[in-house]
Amino acid sequence: MAAPQIRSLRSPLGRVRGLGAAKGGTHHWWMMRVTSMALLPLTIWLVFALARMPDATWLEATIWIGRPFNTVMLLAFLAAAFHHTAYGLQEVVEDYVRGDLAKLGTLMAIKGACFLLWLTATIAVLRIAL
Amino acid sequence: MATFTLPKNSTVGEGRTYSAPAGAKNVKAFKIYRWDPDGGANPRTDTYEIDLDACGPMVLDALIKIKNEVDTTLTFRRSCREGICGSCAMNIDGLNTLACLKPIEDVTGDCRITPLPHMPVVKDLVPDLSQVYAQLRSVEPWLKADTPPPPDSERLQSKEERAKLDGLWECILCFCCSTACPSYWWNGDRYLGPAVLLQAYRWIADSRDEHTGDRLDALEDPFKLYRCHTIMNCTRTCPKGLNPAQAIGEIKKLMVERQG
Repeated sequence: MAAPQIRSLRSPLGRVRGLGAAKGGTHHWWMMRVTSMALLPLTIWLVFALARMPDATWLEATIWIGRPFNTVMLLAFLAAAFHHTAYGLQEVVEDYVRGDLAKLGTLMAIKGACFLLWLTATIAVLRIAL
Repeated sequence: MATFTLPKNSTVGEGRTYSAPAGAKNVKAFKIYRWDPDGGANPRTDTYEIDLDACGPMVLDALIKIKNEVDTTLTFRRSCREGICGSCAMNIDGLNTLACLKPIEDVTGDCRITPLPHMPVVKDLVPDLSQVYAQLRSVEPWLKADTPPPPDSERLQSKEERAKLDGLWECILCFCCSTACPSYWWNGDRYLGPAVLLQAYRWIADSRDEHTGDRLDALEDPFKLYRCHTIMNCTRTCPKGLNPAQAIGEIKKLMVERQG
């Protein structure tokens, strides 16, 4: 039998204490709760609103988006949805992806993509509305 | 990525079968994970057919019977045989529990027994718990107070303050919950796991402790605390009927409460 590989002689307590607590994570956790609570009414509103106009023309759709209430609701939905997506995917990456570089790269790609998609969608709504 | 399959030298093969004694009428098969660190062979599953008419009612009774009468090399931890010491924690019929509290009759079909999941195995059903013991030590599970105790009495608590510790002090540190938690499987090097977090909350909730803030500081970390995604495996598996998920939730609520 091959001799077991000894990777470190550091004590278990030293390993466990490691670099200490990052003093973070609470904002992330709380924002996940806040955005999910916000998304509940916003998503229901959006689904019902879209379901009511399956045959809308381009003109009708842009007029609908341009109404102040709809504009605000759409902007709120986009902000909450992309924030929630980015933070949720971050959890998945932190759970499963191994290796500092792979983790960092994936997280930056996800956050960058979510930010650009949110920005694109928000500018589109604003251009129609304003 | 996290590894979801067993490495080659950990795949479990079929082992020996020990047949029931002739004439046994009430026979049940116990399929038990075996691994010997000295042999160099892969782990295997041995099958022991036991006459339940000549055996005590709990799974631990069957294990002790096997060790005494059938195969003395079978290795497992046990001590109190009444659910207080936490030694005989293992995975029975797919659920982590204490062998001494699990009635054999609750298991339908063959009784499959493996060590606590995702821990290094020392031998057979004995897991290496040094990591989780170090994690427990790291949350300093003892009373920390700077005010000296009254010279003529104990540190007192009101009945309401004492009641907050119910559901926490009963934990016997068997680590069924931590080893049932996928977050602990994938990130056990940094995530403290439900058992240790419940112990941490036991001291956070104690009115006599004067280091609540320091304790919260030490836990406020994306990995130490926030790997918990509240899937409740811990609560489902706890052989003492405790609720580690709720204790973790209480810690998170305190973290938010002290923000503003």
